[in-house]
Amino acid sequence: MRTLYQFHGGVHPPTNKAQSARAPIVPAPLPSKLVIPFHQHVGNMAKPLVKAGDRVLKGQLIGMPEDGVSSAVHASTSGTIASIGMEVVAHASGLPDLCATLIPDGKDEWAMHEGMDYRSAADADVRFALRLAGVVGLGGAVYPSDMKLRTGRHKIKSLVLNGAECEPYITCDDRLMRERAAEIIRGAEILRFALDAEEVLVGIEDNKPEAIAAMRQAAAASSDKIEVVAVPTIYPGGGAKQLIRVLTGIEIAAGVRSTEKGVQCFNVATALGIYRAIQFGEPLLSRIVTVTGNVRNAQNFEVLIGTPVNELVALADPLPDTNHYIMGGPMMGIPLPSAQVSVVKATNCIIAASDKLFPPAPPPMPCIRCTRCADACPADLQPQDLYWFAKAKEFGKAQEYHLFDCIECGACSYVCPSHIPLVQYYRFAKSEIWARESEKNAADKARERHEYREYRIEREKQEKADKLAAKEKAAQLAREQAAKPAQSASVPATTDASSEDAVQQKIQAAINHAKQQAASVKPKNIEQLTPRQQAEIAEIEARRAHIRELAQSHVDHPHVDHPKEAP
Amino acid sequence: MFFSPFISKQDTVSQIMLKVLLALVPGIALYVWYFGPAILVSITLASITALGTEALMLKLRDRPIAPFLKDNSALLTGWLLALSIPPLAPWWLIVVGTAFGIAIAKHLYGGLGNNPFNPAMIGYAVLIISFPVQMTHWLTPHGLGQVELGFIDQLGYMFAGVLPDSLRLDAITMSTPLDTLKTRLHLDEPIKQIFGLPIYGHLAGHGSEMVALGFLLGGLYLLAVRIISWHIPVAFLGTLFATASIFYLIDPAHYVAPLFHWFSGAAMLGAFFILTDPISSPTTHKGKLIFAAGAGLLTYLIRAFGGFPDGVAFATLLMNICVPLIDAYTQPKVFGRKDKADGKDGGQP
Repeated sequence: MRTLYQFHGGVHPPTNKAQSARAPIVPAPLPSKLVIPFHQHVGNMAKPLVKAGDRVLKGQLIGMPEDGVSSAVHASTSGTIASIGMEVVAHASGLPDLCATLIPDGKDEWAMHEGMDYRSAADADVRFALRLAGVVGLGGAVYPSDMKLRTGRHKIKSLVLNGAECEPYITCDDRLMRERAAEIIRGAEILRFALDAEEVLVGIEDNKPEAIAAMRQAAAASSDKIEVVAVPTIYPGGGAKQLIRVLTGIEIAAGVRSTEKGVQCFNVATALGIYRAIQFGEPLLSRIVTVTGNVRNAQNFEVLIGTPVNELVALADPLPDTNHYIMGGPMMGIPLPSAQVSVVKATNCIIAASDKLFPPAPPPMPCIRCTRCADACPADLQPQDLYWFAKAKEFGKAQEYHLFDCIECGACSYVCPSHIPLVQYYRFAKSEIWARESEKNAADKARERHEYREYRIEREKQEKADKLAAKEKAAQLAREQAAKPAQSASVPATTDASSEDAVQQKIQAAINHAKQQAASVKPKNIEQLTPRQQAEIAEIEARRAHIRELAQSHVDHPHVDHPKEAP
Repeated sequence: MFFSPFISKQDTVSQIMLKVLLALVPGIALYVWYFGPAILVSITLASITALGTEALMLKLRDRPIAPFLKDNSALLTGWLLALSIPPLAPWWLIVVGTAFGIAIAKHLYGGLGNNPFNPAMIGYAVLIISFPVQMTHWLTPHGLGQVELGFIDQLGYMFAGVLPDSLRLDAITMSTPLDTLKTRLHLDEPIKQIFGLPIYGHLAGHGSEMVALGFLLGGLYLLAVRIISWHIPVAFLGTLFATASIFYLIDPAHYVAPLFHWFSGAAMLGAFFILTDPISSPTTHKGKLIFAAGAGLLTYLIRAFGGFPDGVAFATLLMNICVPLIDAYTQPKVFGRKDKADGKDGGQP
């Protein structure tokens, strides 16, 4: 028996999983159209490779991953590209994004694809295959899987497979583990090999006994050391950080890569996607989506990426009072801007919502510092303090109290007896801080540009004056020499030196003037800076000092050149 | 607006306060049993004053009145104050104390959730400083006094200030067991002799020890339903017990046994109902322990060496002052930053 660890806090919302977990996964029929966003993953948008009117095959690459963190996008079935354009997508912002609209031809005709032998292939080739197959984390984070296989010099001890599925209502991973355990385990073997991990731990919440049994059976058949561990059912026990903590005792702080601590974590559905991509060369074209909530037939569907949500939910027969849809679970999901948006790689669940199912929260009351939020916080934060700082716009203080360690799991809002939308306050504070930082960076750049321009204008003026002075001097000298040709050559040298002195004085005056100007500009908003902000400011100051140095050397430079210019 | 989480627990501030009020009921019932129904009159009067002041202040501050009157927090302040002062007090005493607590200590600081001091204890402090005489007329428990005042006569005294012709106030009231002890110890009476007085029961004052037991019961209920955590009651009662034990062990002739302190005065009320007020107490677990331990120590010191009959109110207020400091210095380490090496570079975007 493995020793399990606990994380602080957590809540037990009603699971509501039974409705959709009963029936097996059903493939959703081919929709009338597929709207496939080019940006379904963390990182850079894929670059479109097709144009309107192109015929594409199932699995054909239509979006090429671009630079660094990015992933490929494919045609989910064969058909014709009707358009490439901006469409509203399933994103919290509600903003449109670039999508390919594909009209299926009904033939479902595959493009050529073939698998690879990952054991003999180079690591980089396996990663490239995953990148081109568009495999991203299907637990919701949609981080490109190939990037997660880059461990650098870190030795991986534990590979964690996340089958916890702690969000209420969602059962897609549960059904997947029950029905396709063997394939998931194959995927785990590939990941273990690629990471050279010592052990594989599959964490599944103990409210899914069938999934645990199926996975244990499949794991027993593997030659790898794969342990299926039943973990306590508690939200957010399926968060990667929380699951890693429960299984290994290791805590991964915000901003730290888990590989640095010798752990890497993949969702079970991602493992299956990796297996299909490596073994058969199949790109990620579909995923399992739970359709539940205010519907008559809640169940799981295997859905092609790009399927419009309204066509999908129609299969589950939504009740007439359904008035909006949520993508994801009730704790962390996002309200869909419209039912016209399409299923993307991040869509694990669609909840049909009504006011009856999710009654609006009562109007918020003041915080009474009861600290139920702090008791529920899985990141050991003090949500009541963060709320106070966010409300007062004391963002420096909020950062000092680790605002950015908040994983926005919603446990604090869930337990708050004053029904304060705490997570919204944190989102607000985070976005304000981001906005301020980018504004500040932009302002710094602008100031540097401006200072350099001022300096340049000053220098050009000076140079012109110098040239003029030199010319006059030269002319005068010529006249004098013409008048007294017998005089020695030492005279021009002295006049030259004195003119150089004058030039230098003028330049020095210009520099002093610039310095005074810079000193008179007082920095703003410097109260309550975090150590990080102070470090950033120090860095910027260092950069500016460097630029000043460069400028100084530029100023010195003309002196060296000066004699050449003199006639 | 519609955003996650879309679900929440059904608890409300109003329900929490209501449960705290309910938890006071056993103590109040025993109060009535031992001292008569006068306490019910003062609780009613305090409730009316509290709600009236709350409504007035909300109106003056241009805030919605109904939701805040329904949050039960003003009622709780009224009840706690009524339970802290003598029941047979002139009506204006309870009105002044309650109104001051609600208007000054609560609303001038920003209303619910913003008061740095416990409003009921501010009310108490104002009364004990301004009207010390009226604050010492405690009712004698049933069966101890030579005469007992009927309910109608009690009302007459509270509202009109008149007693039946044959009675003097001294005949129906007494000072508290804590006060009596302090006065008599001062006169060098041996403790054994003092405890021989009829006003003393098994552990502390006759009657009042049972009321304290009632508050203990209610407090255990609050612990069971997780409205309060164990930190404050345990640290407060523990420190009070430990400090009392030290003095008792050194000099049992002049210092009473620790259990006496537990069941005297407002110790139980303070441990479970006053110090645990979330608004004016620290938010961190460690902070709660420090806060309550400080209050326990101060309570003992004021009781044993101070000039006031009980120390809970002033101990609470003095520790209330320290809350922001305690909170600032007891911040727990966050997830993943518990080792020293991980602690740096916090809060990056």
